[in-house]
Amino acid sequence: MNIDKSHMDKVIHDLKHYLPSQAPLKDFIHHNTLHAFQKYDFHVGLNKANKIFGYKTYLQIEDYRRLYNEGKINKKIVERFLPENDSVLWWNKLLNEKFDENSSPRCGELRSQWKINYQIDLDSLVHPTLFRVLSSYLDQGISIWNFPVIKGGFLNSLKELESNQFVSFFKSDRVKKLLNDEPSIAFLLKILVGDEQYFEHYLFDQQFSHPGYSGMVSVLSDNTKALIDERPIKLEDFIIFELLLEIDALDNYFGSIWAPLGSKINTVITPIFDEVEKTELTEIRRIWQESFEWTYYDEVLNGLVNKQFSEEKNAQLQAVFCIDDRECSIRRYIESEHKAAKTFGTAGFFNVEFYFQPAHSDFRTKVCPAPVTPKYLIKEVETINVNSKDFHYHKSSHGLLLGWIITHTIGFWSALKLVGSIFRPVQNAAAVSSTRHMNPESELTFENRNGEKTDDGLQIGFTVSEMTDRLEGLLKSIGLVKDFAPLVYIIGHGSSSSNNTHYAGYDCGACSGRPGSVNARVISKIGNHPEVRKELKQRGIEIPESTHFVGVLHDTSRDEFAYFDLSVLSTENLKRHNENVIVFNKALDFNATERSRRFVVMDTNRNTKKVHSNVKLRSVSLFEPRPELNHATNTLCIVGRRSMSRGLFLDRRAFLNSFDYQVDPEGKYLLGIMNAIAPVCGGINLEYFFSRVDNQKLGAGTKLPHNVMGLIGVANGIDGDLRTGLPSQMIEVHDPIRLLAIVEHFPEVVLKTIQTNPATYEWFDNDWVRLVVIHPETRSLMLFKKGAFTEYQTNNQNLKQVDDLLGELIKEHNNLPVFELKN
Amino acid sequence: MSAFIPFFILLPTTAFLLSMLIPKAQERIMSILAYSSVGLQLLAAIGFSGFWVYNGMRPINLKEFSVYKTGNYDFFIDFYFDKVTMVYMILGAFVTFLITIYSRYYLHREEGYKRFFTTILFFFLGFNLIIISGNIETLFIGWEILGVSSFLLIAFYRDRYLPVKNAVKVFSIYRIGDIGIILVMWLSHHLWHENISFAKLHNAELVHEHLTQNSWVGLVIAMMIYISAAAKSAQLPFSSWLPRAMEGPTPSSAIFYGSLSVHIGAFLLLRMYPFWEFQTGFRVFLAISGLMTAVIATFVARVQSSIKSQIAYSSIAQIGLIFIEIAFGLEEVALIHIAGNAFLRTYQLLVSPSVVSYKIREQFYEFVPRENTIEDSWPKRFEYALYILSLKEWNLDSMMYRYLWNPLKKIGSSWKILNFKYVFYFAGSTVIAGIILLFFRDSIDEKYRFNLPIFFSLVGLMIVIKAFTERDSVRKSWTLIALNHITIAIAISFNEHFDFMHHVWYLSGIVAAWLFGLLLINRLRRIEWVSLDRFYGHVYEHPKIGFWFLISALALSGFPITPSFIGEDLIFSHIHNNQIGLAFFTALSLIINGLATIRIYARIFLGPHVKTYHEVAKRSS
Repeated sequence: MNIDKSHMDKVIHDLKHYLPSQAPLKDFIHHNTLHAFQKYDFHVGLNKANKIFGYKTYLQIEDYRRLYNEGKINKKIVERFLPENDSVLWWNKLLNEKFDENSSPRCGELRSQWKINYQIDLDSLVHPTLFRVLSSYLDQGISIWNFPVIKGGFLNSLKELESNQFVSFFKSDRVKKLLNDEPSIAFLLKILVGDEQYFEHYLFDQQFSHPGYSGMVSVLSDNTKALIDERPIKLEDFIIFELLLEIDALDNYFGSIWAPLGSKINTVITPIFDEVEKTELTEIRRIWQESFEWTYYDEVLNGLVNKQFSEEKNAQLQAVFCIDDRECSIRRYIESEHKAAKTFGTAGFFNVEFYFQPAHSDFRTKVCPAPVTPKYLIKEVETINVNSKDFHYHKSSHGLLLGWIITHTIGFWSALKLVGSIFRPVQNAAAVSSTRHMNPESELTFENRNGEKTDDGLQIGFTVSEMTDRLEGLLKSIGLVKDFAPLVYIIGHGSSSSNNTHYAGYDCGACSGRPGSVNARVISKIGNHPEVRKELKQRGIEIPESTHFVGVLHDTSRDEFAYFDLSVLSTENLKRHNENVIVFNKALDFNATERSRRFVVMDTNRNTKKVHSNVKLRSVSLFEPRPELNHATNTLCIVGRRSMSRGLFLDRRAFLNSFDYQVDPEGKYLLGIMNAIAPVCGGINLEYFFSRVDNQKLGAGTKLPHNVMGLIGVANGIDGDLRTGLPSQMIEVHDPIRLLAIVEHFPEVVLKTIQTNPATYEWFDNDWVRLVVIHPETRSLMLFKKGAFTEYQTNNQNLKQVDDLLGELIKEHNNLPVFELKN
Repeated sequence: MSAFIPFFILLPTTAFLLSMLIPKAQERIMSILAYSSVGLQLLAAIGFSGFWVYNGMRPINLKEFSVYKTGNYDFFIDFYFDKVTMVYMILGAFVTFLITIYSRYYLHREEGYKRFFTTILFFFLGFNLIIISGNIETLFIGWEILGVSSFLLIAFYRDRYLPVKNAVKVFSIYRIGDIGIILVMWLSHHLWHENISFAKLHNAELVHEHLTQNSWVGLVIAMMIYISAAAKSAQLPFSSWLPRAMEGPTPSSAIFYGSLSVHIGAFLLLRMYPFWEFQTGFRVFLAISGLMTAVIATFVARVQSSIKSQIAYSSIAQIGLIFIEIAFGLEEVALIHIAGNAFLRTYQLLVSPSVVSYKIREQFYEFVPRENTIEDSWPKRFEYALYILSLKEWNLDSMMYRYLWNPLKKIGSSWKILNFKYVFYFAGSTVIAGIILLFFRDSIDEKYRFNLPIFFSLVGLMIVIKAFTERDSVRKSWTLIALNHITIAIAISFNEHFDFMHHVWYLSGIVAAWLFGLLLINRLRRIEWVSLDRFYGHVYEHPKIGFWFLISALALSGFPITPSFIGEDLIFSHIHNNQIGLAFFTALSLIINGLATIRIYARIFLGPHVKTYHEVAKRSS
């Protein structure tokens, strides 16, 4: 073999880089679907992805033209992107010329030669066996009779299984022998393809004919702990198995003598990663996309600089929410219902990073952002087990004789359950409820006094000074360092839904796809801790003794609050709290009503209580594919004081992160914020973006026919590849617009901050997230472009003022413009 | 009281026809029509059944009307209502009612909302027609409707490759079931000398008398019934289609393959019970095959790592047990079992997406690393072999390829040397020669005349295989299919003197459908490239042409929307009961004929769109 191993290793490494990196369903975390192209400028990357893999990365020209005709793309904005001298010509191209938008991807071209030159459809001969064996191996608990051997990895287990000598997955004797010879990938490629120049291209073609399974293997090979029931596997093993199956199919079809693919190629196959040409179409797409985005950005920026700038008042109620865009509207309602209320936003793990171990479980779950590896464990103790059961998932119903008895008896019970679940949906064992994450009556081992550690070195709970560090970090980063209200609510969020395979994507992204309830409770306990307060005082933050922190969980699909540990409140504070609850409940009713306008079928009317109870039903209804719309429509991330955005209607499209430049003049805390929002908010935004523009290849398609494979992924039907990305029900109302981060600070500080971390800087530098800074003193807008800030002038439209928001909401179920709210 | 029975057909028919008229955007009206009509059927069925039970549960037979009558041939629509009908009717209306309400929300904003409900109503019509039918001809109409609506629902996501491929696959298995029914109809003609009603089958003496005279005919009929029932109920050797049918939206899989459609095979056996009741050999066979299915399907279910295929195989196993119960004559036990299985699997399928959160949570709290199963106690080699075998579904799926499609393909491609053009001209000239010969029919020597039908039916078979394996010209393939029908007509004409009107019945619909289809293909060809070498997915841009082409394809394959359907039955009545070869070739011709037309439709209009300016799914998804 003259092809060296390091070359093949590099190909495997590249493959892993380009394959989808979606974790098993239980850990669904949003990320930039095209992360592999992030090293290029946004438009260059999109063009490459289109040409190489055939992904649709923009809307169709027809769609942009329709948006233009509907006034959703502004003429003046388009003109900014046209060359000055021949704008007439370009207008004609934009509006009238017909373009060939068909894509002919490079990936897949080489392997299609099997069909052309050999008249053999390898995929349909190989895929069913390949998928079935892999999914049985990885299966986490659907099959009753598990893969009989899990020993020494995928290929070794297969070998052991094949040793039975009666039945085999292969037909060809040569292949059966090959399996035992531990062949290398290069060796098998030599048989199949022959010509070494095609090896890389062939592997890409092959693996991208089923990116779902390959991506899953790639993820699991890097992190075996991603599965509860561990399954060691390497991408190389999987590829070898597939190559063997291909040789087997060919042997079976042509006998043992056939010429390798490379010898029969008589056309020019462009190497997969050759330079991608820019065409006129790519330019047209760029102009339309930028115009579409800037039409919206301009409206928002215009609103931010033209609205009344309200100075902060002394607050009677303070509430810290997650940065999540779904909290954008509830904050608005709380503030309008309670004039002396002030809300904050920050990443929803509230600066406490740890593993959480529920009572009665031997497993831990990470409740902080995915890239963080915590050193702490917090256990839930002193509680009873409240898991309920449902026999419909029980294995015995699939047995022969037990099944016979069950169908004769319980089968009729199913009929009643069916009627019940259709006419009177209620919370049930099968549904996901955000409140089940943690029992509110339980105790949490959040404090470490004697240095207890677990066997594998995790510290149980935080020490007092560690707690103080975290509380200080939280308060300083959101700019809450004085004027504490008597009650400070820390509100995490989670989501309840039914019959939802993607449930993990509905919870808090900053808590690794889990509800933020434990974090909210822990940080509140820390905030109420007398010793922490004492130490905090020494560090310059004085929290009055009369102030209490209250942990809360906001269920975003049901719009309910659950309050934790109210027993620590003083009598006055309990009274205040009861008054606040009335405010919260009213705000939740309004919030549910605002959300309901997107559900179209729901009757939106002024009776907010009634609408709210209908909204709650969605979360427990089996037949409801949209319990909530999750992050759909997200486009903004505002980092600054609440006064910047307070009173502005942003239609639940903004991630809101509180930050006060006065508290952090050097950008120390800003760095943490920017490091988080680029991958978290940017990741969410781009996953929605790409799932929206190509819901078939980059999204998961409609979820209605989805079939659960091995509890790790979904596929269509039983022979399909795993589907990655988001289902169409999650993205259908989303407009593909990149995230615009708006930061209130001095441009030079922001520039220095984002440049500190190259990984973060890449997001902004290559325009995958756009960045505008609002100068805190002059209030002028500075746009980040090619490594520097330049002043940005808005189109100066009139900012519409609205009295009756509810009236506006009822009128329209699509995106609403930016309003200034008058009351 | 019996006058009320046609209502159970009229109501679904009306609902189905009305649903075609509702504009696409009217989700609300569409769903209200669907659930209210099915709900009304449910209420009526319950009311009627109550009344019927109160009146002593005497089976009702209602000869509705004759569609075509000549000599001792009478094609009539007949209805029958007994205990089996009652259970199936209430079960069907109940499940369909719940599913329509469920889907009302579930499919909201889905592309094809209307198509979904129209197809469900079409299915509902077919289902009711089958269970209420009073003779095999009426049943066959419903049977065909069920087949087509199944095809349409499996291929509901028609812009993806796998649903379309699997829809064609399932359709072809259903066609095998159709062979059974067609041959049963043929043999019944000769056994009873009339189109017998199910009511008459209950006359034990009559049945017994005929069967003792023609015992082999009785056995063949029983076996044909078994093939039809096994195909529809996914019993051995056809089981592998059921999990592959689960490509549509989950509720449609639940209603079709979880509950109603899959139990129709059991219905056929129950309905024909008086016919095979005294054939002990058949009963033993039925019980053994049921047991084998039950055992094998259980093992396959145990190794499934996907939730829907696991439910599918568990259901197949239970239906295997149901077949045993039927073989033992335990009608009531079987009926209860059928209802229980239908409810359980429907619900399990509907809640199948929840399995992720439920099981992950269960694992999180009660994880047992690897549970030992019974198989672990067996010798390793045996365990591994059985595991691989079960994972490969006992080769059931590949067997279908090896013994059914590959031979056909091989025959088709072995004639590749015969340039398609020659086949075309050969077929054309054979047909013309045949017609000329027919004029001199009586002067042909008896010796040759006896062989001419076989000759022409073989030519017909060859023509249709060529049409089925053609990879290039749509129009030629389409025309060959029409020629196949004409060759069959010629073949039968040599067999027996009969009324020219029979030809008119048979061919009128065929010719009209052929012409109409040709017109549509020509129209499409003016704007698009069409061929049969791959799926083209033209329905994306040309849904109207696609719809009308589907209609013409159905008509061309003898679907009960043109007189050709009755013509087919007529044609068979002219094949004598000692001409098994002729009957078999003719039936095979018709089967492949139906496959070839649906294949043309699928290749031109369904599958991933050939144009990629919009989102197109990967082939593997």
